[in-house]
Amino acid sequence: MEMDLSRVVKLARIELTPEEEQRLAPQLGEVLKYIEKLNELDVSGVEPTAHATPLSNVMREDEPRDSLSQEDALRNAPKAANGLFVVPKIVE
Amino acid sequence: MAHSLTIHQLVEQLRAGELSSREATQACLDRVEQVDGRLNAFIRVDAGDALAQADLADQARAAGEDRPLLGVPVAVKDVLAVKDQSLNCASKILGEFNSPYDATVIQKLRDAGAVIFGRLNMDEFAMGSSTENSAFGPTRNPWNTDYIPGGSSGGSAVAVAADECIASLGSDTGGSIRQPAALCGCVGLKPTYGRVSRYGLVAFASSLDQVGPFTKDVRDAATLLQVIAGADERDSTNVPEPVPNYAAALSGGVKGLRIGLPREYQVEGLNPEVKAATDAAVKQLEALGAEVREISLPHTEYAIATYYIIATAEASANLARFEGVRYGARLGGASPEEMNRKTRGAGFGEEVKRRIILGTYVLSSGYYDAYYLRAQKVRTLIRQDFLKAFEEVDLIASPTTPTPAFKIGEKSGDPLQMYLSDIYTISCNLAGLCGISVPCGFSGCGLPMGLQLLGKPFGEPDLLRAAYAYEQATDWHTQRPKLD
Amino acid sequence: MEYESVIGLETHVQLNTRTKMWCGCVNEYGADPNTNVCPVCLGLPGVLPVPNAEALRKTALTGFLLNCDVPGYAKWDRKNYFYPDNPKNYQLTQLDFPSTIAGFVEFEFGGGLEKVRINRAHLEEDVGKSFHFSDYSGIDFNRAGVPLLEIVTEPDISSANMACEYLNALKSILEYGAVSDCDMEKGQVRCDVNISVRPEGQQELGEKIEIKNMNSFSGVRRAAEYEIARQIEVLEKGGQLVQETRRWDDDAGITDSMRTKEDAHDYRYFPDPDLMPHRPSEEWLAAIREEVVELPLARKRRLMGQYQLPEGDADVFVGDVALGDYFEEAAKGLKNPKQVANWVINNLRAKLVETETSVADLKFPAAAIGELVGLVESGLINSKIAQGVFAEIFANGKTPAAIVKEKGLSQVSDSSELEAFCREAIEANPGPADDFRNGKEAALNFLKGQVMKASRGKANPQLVGELLAKILNG
Repeated sequence: MEMDLSRVVKLARIELTPEEEQRLAPQLGEVLKYIEKLNELDVSGVEPTAHATPLSNVMREDEPRDSLSQEDALRNAPKAANGLFVVPKIVE
Repeated sequence: MAHSLTIHQLVEQLRAGELSSREATQACLDRVEQVDGRLNAFIRVDAGDALAQADLADQARAAGEDRPLLGVPVAVKDVLAVKDQSLNCASKILGEFNSPYDATVIQKLRDAGAVIFGRLNMDEFAMGSSTENSAFGPTRNPWNTDYIPGGSSGGSAVAVAADECIASLGSDTGGSIRQPAALCGCVGLKPTYGRVSRYGLVAFASSLDQVGPFTKDVRDAATLLQVIAGADERDSTNVPEPVPNYAAALSGGVKGLRIGLPREYQVEGLNPEVKAATDAAVKQLEALGAEVREISLPHTEYAIATYYIIATAEASANLARFEGVRYGARLGGASPEEMNRKTRGAGFGEEVKRRIILGTYVLSSGYYDAYYLRAQKVRTLIRQDFLKAFEEVDLIASPTTPTPAFKIGEKSGDPLQMYLSDIYTISCNLAGLCGISVPCGFSGCGLPMGLQLLGKPFGEPDLLRAAYAYEQATDWHTQRPKLD
Repeated sequence: MEYESVIGLETHVQLNTRTKMWCGCVNEYGADPNTNVCPVCLGLPGVLPVPNAEALRKTALTGFLLNCDVPGYAKWDRKNYFYPDNPKNYQLTQLDFPSTIAGFVEFEFGGGLEKVRINRAHLEEDVGKSFHFSDYSGIDFNRAGVPLLEIVTEPDISSANMACEYLNALKSILEYGAVSDCDMEKGQVRCDVNISVRPEGQQELGEKIEIKNMNSFSGVRRAAEYEIARQIEVLEKGGQLVQETRRWDDDAGITDSMRTKEDAHDYRYFPDPDLMPHRPSEEWLAAIREEVVELPLARKRRLMGQYQLPEGDADVFVGDVALGDYFEEAAKGLKNPKQVANWVINNLRAKLVETETSVADLKFPAAAIGELVGLVESGLINSKIAQGVFAEIFANGKTPAAIVKEKGLSQVSDSSELEAFCREAIEANPGPADDFRNGKEAALNFLKGQVMKASRGKANPQLVGELLAKILNG
């Protein structure tokens, strides 16, 4: 199956250089070809493994817990101003 | 030499007052300085911080305190959040990230009194089997520095094997603890999924990841597992199963224990030396009283394909948060979209990019049913194989890896070849089992080989019991690489 | 050609839990930016979500209030898309197994009763808030992770006005159930409006156009009105409509197209591996069912039927639940609940407003109002005196009977006593007396007033009137 690499790369928001694209495309093609293997199996009637453990109804009480200080929240912000995380202007 | 002690040896000496935590920690730091230039197991070591912790431990002991790991230096894979320390996951994209919180397992180490030190090298975001995919350079096998140590927890295995620390923590998603343990000649344990909290473990594949110990012997693995296992209300996938006394499980012996050998594991690529060593190990277990029989795991050949669909799909979503908005090494852009693309393009290594792209693809519109949904169904079939097998046997034995370590650079140009080497370890994560690798010999050119044992979910006691019995009947675990 | 419009609404409502959906940060509006955040809601590396039990409870309660089913299995999914206000760049939501399904909302509209079916009400998380400046944007994550209930209707709404009425009814129900404060100024209720038009009688639906993120109900009405007209105009001119997302510009009074991003909507949904499914037990559901309050519409009908109240009175008691509950308490066992309603609405409510107090602060029991009404009906006091008594009751909480006795306010109805008053008034006021004898009916009121004055208001006004007339007429 051929992957439309440029479409997927756009969805994944990763910018590839032309050399990277050239290198990755055949490698990905090989892996995709390999995983086609799964089509050999008859999976009719098999339930997908929805969750890795058989738990349900895991929840917590509606009790407040310590938040970070504004300083700690912004500790790693590449850019911050007036307590906000700054990003390039969002245009709708 | 303090740095070459095991946990239990060190604790004994600390208790007897023969050694201080500062001395033990300093010994490890000296060892790091002596050998890590060649090995590159550590991304970072904060000596001052480590010694400060050691001093506190010594003071606490002097005041009469005693806790399971009080004063014991334990190193940590760079994938676990430690408060006020860097967290890179061996990637450029996290930049100068400094964690404002502790992972639960780190808190547990602190509660047990451990001296937490160092950030251990790994494959970037835990994606790899050789620790060649690190933005901080490859880690090298201490038995022969031209060879890989395995991955993704390469640094964690090397640091223990080379006595740069007393024990370490790593993570395992498809074999990333067991495989490097095997290639470096130490003990590596992957607990049952849900046994150990994942809060603070940077997620690669959420339904497969677990944190586990690297140690110099099986007893230490039981000790470290005892500390990190247990309930955590911050992790919804953590199973509230009571934690048994793992140390007590060690001495049970293997009489009557039923061990299965999967017939499908006799693959073409299995190196004859590895086969011979594993066969010998199994014979040893038989001699100790275990019953060995052949079992079948019919869907073995589909495990790798299943894994690479599910793991990459989950990873593609888990790594979406790395885009330069709230943290990390941001590259500018005229719009948030451009900023994201450039930041991720520059910040992620190639293997990570490959997997994110693959994962995005298998989830995308029109392909979900054919790939992701199908893979989750095959996963059910794989689990059912094991559940059926465990009706007849208590443990499953196999080589940990089909070959000993290969040379650095040998497979890095062929991702698929790299993936195929995970054949023995990968099913364990898909089926939610526990697994351990213990040293079982050396190849002709002196590279370690590992025996893998797989246990039922929450079957760590039997796993440790058998591993301990085998280990104590051999002396592989006493060997150390020549690094001086 | 006549066209009809088909409207569906997706309303996002913030639940009023104390903490956020996945973490213990406080769910609070108006705090300084990025002060109610933690590693979990900031999407730091390594964090995990744990569901808020109260959010699940309020979701089930809302389901019951909206006549929905609460299935025995619900699960969480990841909706993957990049946006700066989305900390994980995926939103945790419920795709194919939501918490509640298949309900309806009934409300009064156009003189009759309308029913809009609810497709589902599912739980998800809110995102951060963006602020836009001249050359950058800033994000505050205080709102990220707040539990959001998404209530989706079937396309049962057929006009802009109906859409607005549906929203008002929904808001009223949610406030009744105390699951949300529904404060639109605080952005606690937001709406996406899906509109299509088709020629009257056509079965097939037209192209669906979505107007996103409306935050006022009147705005929804205006936007819908405009958009319906716009769509019809396009079709009448022979043009084609395409499925798209538009934005409402309230100042300009128009919708305009948002940039379409082709792949932007491939959300790559898959089940979230960090969260376990929810299998609500019968006991858990039963406990919640007990909390289901009487809905506004049902309450109105019942008050009108049970107490023979006019619609206006019922509306007051539906709008003010505490007052309505108080009325019912006061009217217990009385034969003339309308009178009680009058006192509650006209007198009590006025006094509450004047003193800026609420029903909860009252110093006297509801039964006192009933007692007062009873005293007037039995003729012991007249209604004017009753006003004064009420003021006393309100001020110091004494019972009506005690006040009447204490101040000697009993109505004078003894004819000989009254006759005496009347003759005195007639003698003292010959002019008006003559006026009355000469046909001026109104003069009687003056004389009546004099008698009331002389008797310090206690005379039975009806009897006084009768007696005066009798005496004057000879």
